[in-house]
Amino acid sequence: MERNRYLLTGDEAVAQAAVDAGVALGTGYPGTPSTEILEHLSSLGGRSRWSPNEKVALEVGIGAAFGGARALVTMKHVGLNVAADPLFTAAYTGVTGALVVVSADDPGMASSQNEQDNRRFAVAAGVPMLEPSDSQEAYDFAALAIEISERWRIPVLFRMTTRVCHAKTAVVRRELAQPKSAPSFQRDIPSRVMIPAYARPAHRRLRQKLAEITAWNETSGPNGIEHSGDGTLGIITSGISYMHAREAAPGASFLKLGMTHPLPVEMVRRFVDTIDRCVVIEEGDPYLVDALRAAGLNVEGKSEMYRFGELNVGRVQRILANDTSPEAPPPRGKPPQLCNACPHRTGFTTFAKLNCIVAGDIGCYTLGVLPPFEAMDSCVCMGASIGAGLGLRHVLPEEQARRVISVIGDSTFMHSGITGLVEMVYNPPPTGHVVVILDNGTTAMTGLQEHPATGRTLDHKSTGKVSMEDLARSLGIPNVVVTDPVGDPEGFEALVQRALGGGGLWVIVARRPCLLAAGKIKEYERQAGAAAACSSAS
Amino acid sequence: MAGRVTNVVFAGLGGQGVIKASDILAEVAFERGLAVKKSELHGMSQRGGSVTSDVRFGQEVFSPMVPEGQADYLVVLAPEELENSKRHLRPGGVLVPPDAVAAERLPSSKCLNIALLGVLSAHLPFEVEAWLKVVRANLPEKLHEMNDQAFALGRESAKKV
Repeated sequence: MERNRYLLTGDEAVAQAAVDAGVALGTGYPGTPSTEILEHLSSLGGRSRWSPNEKVALEVGIGAAFGGARALVTMKHVGLNVAADPLFTAAYTGVTGALVVVSADDPGMASSQNEQDNRRFAVAAGVPMLEPSDSQEAYDFAALAIEISERWRIPVLFRMTTRVCHAKTAVVRRELAQPKSAPSFQRDIPSRVMIPAYARPAHRRLRQKLAEITAWNETSGPNGIEHSGDGTLGIITSGISYMHAREAAPGASFLKLGMTHPLPVEMVRRFVDTIDRCVVIEEGDPYLVDALRAAGLNVEGKSEMYRFGELNVGRVQRILANDTSPEAPPPRGKPPQLCNACPHRTGFTTFAKLNCIVAGDIGCYTLGVLPPFEAMDSCVCMGASIGAGLGLRHVLPEEQARRVISVIGDSTFMHSGITGLVEMVYNPPPTGHVVVILDNGTTAMTGLQEHPATGRTLDHKSTGKVSMEDLARSLGIPNVVVTDPVGDPEGFEALVQRALGGGGLWVIVARRPCLLAAGKIKEYERQAGAAAACSSAS
Repeated sequence: MAGRVTNVVFAGLGGQGVIKASDILAEVAFERGLAVKKSELHGMSQRGGSVTSDVRFGQEVFSPMVPEGQADYLVVLAPEELENSKRHLRPGGVLVPPDAVAAERLPSSKCLNIALLGVLSAHLPFEVEAWLKVVRANLPEKLHEMNDQAFALGRESAKKV
C-alpha cells in the first residue's frame, strides 16, 4: 500500500493542499458543509482565521492576494451572497498572489435555508470555476486553482457540494509548487483602484483573461473523456454527479468537466458529435445544459423534478430512463431539536407565552420554530431578524406591532446584526423595538466555532473581544440589559414583558453558555489564565 | 465476485457515535488497501436528529452514497430508527439491530457503537487486531479498555446467533 495515501474528507483535502502549496492565510465564516476546511488548516499548522462574516473574510483574502500571498477563503453557498460585493469587483482588479474562494453548496438543504446553485456566481462575476468530484480532486484542483489564479491574476471560484465536502475518499499527496516570491507590496493603482476610469479597462482585461482561460480549458483543462460502450449513450457531467452517473450507467461514454466556467464548448461539441444520445447529468439548476444548448449542442437535460434535492445513483438512472413518475418520499426521520436544558429553551418558552411575533434568525435557535415552542415567525438569512422585525413594526397595527421581537444569536449578531441595530437607531418604529441576542458564547450550530464576541481565535486562543452590550450602548440604544435566562427565567419573562410594553428601543442580551460548549469554554479560559500568569511572572 | 462493492449503512440519532462507527469501518477497510468511500449527512445532527452514514469499499467505488435498497449490512443504533432505515437493506442483507448486544452487559451505553461494530466485524474479512488498532486510534486512551471490551462483547454475540 502506498504510504503517502490518506483517507480524507473533501474539506480536509482542500486544507491539506493549502498547506502543501504554501497558502499564507485562510479566512472564512463557519457554515455547513465548509466549516472543517479552516479548522483542518489550523490543525495542520496553517494560518487560518474566522472573520465576522464572509464579506470581510473575502476582503481580507483580497488584501493578502494584493500583497502577493496565496489566500484561501471559505464559506457555504449562502455566504457567497454576503461576499458577492467584493467578489464581483475583485474579478476586475485581479490579484497578484493567488485567491481561491471556496463555495460549499448544499443541494438538498441538509443544513441550509435554500439550495441555491453557486455555479451561477462564476458566470455572473466572470471568474473561473473548478468543481472537484472527490477528495483527490479536491486536493489536486485546489493546487490547480492556485496555479490558475496566479497565472491569470484572477480569483478562482472553487465549488464544492455537501457530498464532496463531507465524504471521505483516498488522497495521495504530492509535491506542490511553492510561491515564487515572498509577499511584498507592489504599487499598481490602475489595477486596484476601481474608479470608473480604471474599471472600464479592467472589465475589458477580465473578458480577455476569460477568453484565454477558455482556450486553455479547451485543450489543457481538467476535463476528461472516457469512451466505453458503443457510443449510443454519452453523459456530460461534473462534480459529485459524475460519481453517481459513472455507477448508474457503466456502459456509457463520459465527458467529465472539472472546470465548468468558462466552459470548453468545442471539446464538448466534439464529444457530442461522436455519440447518438447525450444527456447532461447535473445537480441543481440546469446550468450546464442551458449553456450547451445555447451553444447549439444537441444535448438532453433532466426533468424539472430532479432540480430539487440531491442526485444519487437511483435518481440518475431515472433521469436516463426519462422516468418522471412520482418518487417515493423518503421516510421522515427524527428532526433535530434544541438540546434538553439548552439555554435557548427559556427564551422560546417566554416568547410563546407572551404571544410574541418573532422575527428569527439563523442558528440552533431556529429550532425554536418546532414544537413544543413554535415560537418563530420568520427566518430568511443571517441578520434578517432585526431588519424584518423593524419592517413589521413599521407597518403592523399598533396592537400587533407591540408584540414584534427580533431574536438573533451571538455569532449571527456579529456576522450581520450590527447594521440592523444601526437601522433601529436611525429609523425607530413608533412603538419602539426589542432585540433579544441569545448569547450562548459560541457558534453552536456549525460545531462550536469562535467569533469576535467570544474573544478567542479560531484555535481558541485569547484575542480582542467585542462586547455586544457596549456596542449597543455606543450606538445610543437607551435600554441595554444583560441577563441570564436560565438563572432567572421569571426575571427574563418580566424583562421581555416590560420591554414590549414600554416602547422605546431595547437590546436584551440573554447570556448563558451553550451546554455543549460550556466545559470547553472553561478549559480555554483556564489555559488563557495560566498563559497570562506565565507571561506576567517572566 | 471481482470488483463487487460492499455497502454498509449505519443509522441512529445524533450523539450516538454513528459517524464515529462509520469512520472506524472506513479506516479499517482503507488500511487493508481497499478503495473506500464514506458519506453522511450531519448538518444538524448534533441536535439529536436522525443520522445515517454510508461506507462502501471494494476494488473501485464511485458514488459515496449507498444506493437505496443495496446495503449488504445495516447497523442500527437506535430502536426508533429501525423502521425508517430498513429500506436501505437489500433482500438477504444482514441487519445488526441495537439489541444485537445485551445492553446490560455493555460497559457503558456510550460503547454501543463499538459493540455493534464488533457484531459487524464477525461478518467482514478484517482481522480483529486491525479493528482494535483503528478503534483505539479514534478514541482517547482512557476509553480504550472499555471499548475493547465492548468490541469483544459484540463479536462474541455475533457468533452465538
